Amino acid sequence: MAATKSAVQQPPFRLKIRESAGDRLFLFIIYTVLSLVLLAVIYPLIYILSSSISSPAAVTSGRVWLWPVDISFRGFEVLFSTPQIMTGYGNSLFYTTAGTLISVALTVMIAYPMSRKTFFGRGVIMMLITFTMLFSGGLIPTYMVVKEFGMIDSRWALLIPNAIWVWQVIIARSFFQSSIPDELMEAAEIDGCSDLRFMRSVVIPLSKPILAVLFLMYGVGQWNAYFDALIYLKSANLFPLQLVLRSIIIMNNTAGVTDALKQVERQQLSELLKYSLIVVATLPVLIIYPFVQRYFVQGMLVGSVKG
Amino acid sequence: MKHQMLNGGVKRRVSEEARRSLRKHWQLYLIVIPPVLFFLIFKYYPMLNAVLAFKDYNVIKGIWGSPWVGFKNFQLFFDNPMFWPLVKNTIYVSGYLLLAGFPVPILLALMLNEVGSGRFKRLVQLVTFAPYFISTVVMVSIIMLFLAPRLGFANVALNFFGLDSINFLGEASMFRSIYVWSDIWQTAGYSAVIYLAALAGIDPTLYEAAKVDGASRFQKIVHVDIPGLLPTITIILILNVGSVMAIGFEKIYLLQNPLNMVHSEIIATYVYRIGLLNANYSFATAVGLFNSLINLVLLVTVNGLAKRLTKSSIW
Repeated sequence: MAATKSAVQQPPFRLKIRESAGDRLFLFIIYTVLSLVLLAVIYPLIYILSSSISSPAAVTSGRVWLWPVDISFRGFEVLFSTPQIMTGYGNSLFYTTAGTLISVALTVMIAYPMSRKTFFGRGVIMMLITFTMLFSGGLIPTYMVVKEFGMIDSRWALLIPNAIWVWQVIIARSFFQSSIPDELMEAAEIDGCSDLRFMRSVVIPLSKPILAVLFLMYGVGQWNAYFDALIYLKSANLFPLQLVLRSIIIMNNTAGVTDALKQVERQQLSELLKYSLIVVATLPVLIIYPFVQRYFVQGMLVGSVKG
Repeated sequence: MKHQMLNGGVKRRVSEEARRSLRKHWQLYLIVIPPVLFFLIFKYYPMLNAVLAFKDYNVIKGIWGSPWVGFKNFQLFFDNPMFWPLVKNTIYVSGYLLLAGFPVPILLALMLNEVGSGRFKRLVQLVTFAPYFISTVVMVSIIMLFLAPRLGFANVALNFFGLDSINFLGEASMFRSIYVWSDIWQTAGYSAVIYLAALAGIDPTLYEAAKVDGASRFQKIVHVDIPGLLPTITIILILNVGSVMAIGFEKIYLLQNPLNMVHSEIIATYVYRIGLLNANYSFATAVGLFNSLINLVLLVTVNGLAKRLTKSSIW
């Protein structure tokens, strides 16, 4: 990122000119504030992780403050043997994989042609697309369309009605515009290369960074979504994990999970289970996050240049 | 007559160009068909369906067969005792979010910009960005666990200091603060990225000049950093003000309970309740349309104002 580069150039100056007392105090305050911010963000995350691997009794009696108390994986054991949760997990994996593939394909199919000057009428199409960011028919009219296409209570409802995000089209289009020069296209054309072949053998290989951005944004979006499932799905066996989570933690329906257990253990576990469930639902995303953070930053910046 | 001919000439040239482009790039025109159909079906067709707002929907007759009722549904909404509370709740929550949430990422970016490029900066950025990936459901779950009346961390801590427990989510007056500050916790690091990039793009000679003039760090922030950020700040502010009425349904809906409903029922959640849960389609569509229109007008107005005042705008 450019931020680090320009900052790297600063130290020689700083070494030559000594900081004044006021500046040092100012910097000290900044370090203190940032450290507090760091703590405020990281503490809840650590607390949840620690609780999820503590013993049920320690969680229920509020003995967990920072680190796990009486480490136990009982919560995860119960979770992974609950059919409701495993179905949700499987569904979420399916929706994320299939949904992301559909979304990325459709986004590239519109964004690439829109990036070519030779595409007649691209101004009109881009306007049509961008306008949907400003105005929408609303919840009920959209619901009626989904219903008309027979997608209510089917897996398609989570894959198709929100498949393309306008923002992703804008990002991808400006990437194609700036990184696939028209000259390259013209040269390929003279050599008798068709548009599709050019896309397959030149555009896609040159666009790995933007494809990574698209896959990640759509993937995380699908994994975390619950609203479409809430309005379009009725059968519990189709529910994604987020909806299962909502019923267990937010609506407090732990019965299905702890049915098989004895009364005492059930009470203690219901609290612990909530922490374990949060960890199970969030870990896949948070584990890959440090490795892919730069792609997200990239995606945001490509978008902001255009915006 | 002459004018018509001229017009026809232009039209012919344009259509010729279109035909040539179509013949040469037919494959590109072919692949845009599915995405364009997507937008027509799932974005524009609902806009047509929004005529529902002017009809009295009848399941058997369908949308187009149902009788027209003019502005009756809108009138019903304006006369509804829920009208002002809904509008007020919507504006209060998003206004609070805007006032409190808008400056935080800017301050975060300015501070991060001061600490150089070491490990500490990278660590703070990495950690503050992370909550952005937490889903709404998990976020609300975390809020509920932490603020739970008996075992929640917040109350355990209050008791530890000898204070009485508070039923945070049951207190309607606390709802907005809970919503807004958890949102800031979750998105400040993410939003700071754009400002950091803008700071990195400031001309380095300005910093050198400031240094030569003996500016302190604080003066440098006020006279170089903030003016440099102004165009970015304007654009983000336009987007935020423009979406005041479009505040997200997802998190508020999950945080709602009968006790905090007085402050937490906003237009979007009301539309869902009336429309999908009570199947009052026409009325809910009218309420939603009212909301979308206000939002569009707001966005256009703010953008126009910004264009006139600062020359930065989103279109």
